[in-house]
Amino acid sequence: MPVEVRLPTVLRQFAGGEAAVESEGATVGQVLADLSERYPGIAEQLSVGNSNDLPRFVNVYLNDEDIRYLDQLETQVAESDVISIMPAVSGGG
Amino acid sequence: MRANSVLDLIGDTPLVDVSVLSPNPDVAILAKLEGQNPTGSVKDRVALFLVEDAERRGILRPGAVLMEPTSGNTGIGLAMICGLRGYTLKAVVADNVSEERVALLRMYGAEIVFSPGEEGSNGAVRLAQRLVAENGYVFLNQYENPANVEAHYRGTGPEIWRDCPEITAFVAGLGTGGAEAHVGTSGTLMGVGRYLKERNPAVRIVAVEPPSGELVQGLRSLDEGYTPPIFDQSVLDGKIVVRPGPSVEWARRILSETGIFSGLSCGAAMLAAARHAECVDRGTIVVLFPDGGWKYLSTGAWLEDMETVEATLDRVSIW
Repeated sequence: MPVEVRLPTVLRQFAGGEAAVESEGATVGQVLADLSERYPGIAEQLSVGNSNDLPRFVNVYLNDEDIRYLDQLETQVAESDVISIMPAVSGGG
Repeated sequence: MRANSVLDLIGDTPLVDVSVLSPNPDVAILAKLEGQNPTGSVKDRVALFLVEDAERRGILRPGAVLMEPTSGNTGIGLAMICGLRGYTLKAVVADNVSEERVALLRMYGAEIVFSPGEEGSNGAVRLAQRLVAENGYVFLNQYENPANVEAHYRGTGPEIWRDCPEITAFVAGLGTGGAEAHVGTSGTLMGVGRYLKERNPAVRIVAVEPPSGELVQGLRSLDEGYTPPIFDQSVLDGKIVVRPGPSVEWARRILSETGIFSGLSCGAAMLAAARHAECVDRGTIVVLFPDGGWKYLSTGAWLEDMETVEATLDRVSIW
């Protein structure tokens, strides 16, 4: 099932400059694995591999919710869902 | 009410019913108005705790020169306190913060060192670390200093519990500066979250954050990201991202439907509170409004059309 994956600026260079691409899978983990297969440069950055842990500096949102507080990489996705990958950066204050 | 010093007016902020914005008639929403602090933001609490903690530990002596990376609010609070205590503050600020924040920092006597806006707060932190190492300034480091969390554990949290023991959920932003902010300093959520869960483990703690968007162009890889050491993921029960457009729309609703002139990130927090209200049967949500709208007037957020505002917010930091 294809879903839209929105990429942060830092990852677009590995996807021909695109801000959003399509990828397939029934869970967020499967979608990211498919994305990594299509774009090896992204695979290196995400380094999800077989582990169920996201790197600390990577945040993944299903629609607008952080998947760390859903079912993490096992979170189910539906066709109209949008997955966004964002780098964790220090904020204000 | 009579106080000996403006510093005695930090904290003990009001909690106001804004249930008119709740989409669920069985869920009440109360807003904690941190804009009522002396320099207009929740960060006065943190600034006072950081300074007094450093004084107790003997790090700050008369005439000390401090340096702090800040997107504005912490720096403004620190500048006011440093002025009263006889310290000099050098604030490292990304050059895309709103012009009111820069003006207020200068008005309270801070010296400003600009860092490149496209590097976001990471750039400000890096530059501050370098200058501190070179010049031996005192570095309180709000991103890593436990006193940041302590200010909320001892102040904000107990105030909320005192005024609203029926609380079922607490909603707040992870950062109060930098539209690029993704994690902020997280002090409010960590301190209040821990306190409330100790009182009632069933209280849900929900974080709101802005997207780490186009403003941060300095990252070469995701590994260059940063999460502040004081951030503990386990304190939270949910985290949602709210983009600048909806933040502004909800800040406008807050103004027109409750009469509260809130900062723009309050709009994001309110949206998250409303969304949480839709997902539960009943309850009482406390949402923290970190500041008022005064510092964001130059963005045109309330009077310009949305297209113009969104274009402005692509360049100016509002959190």
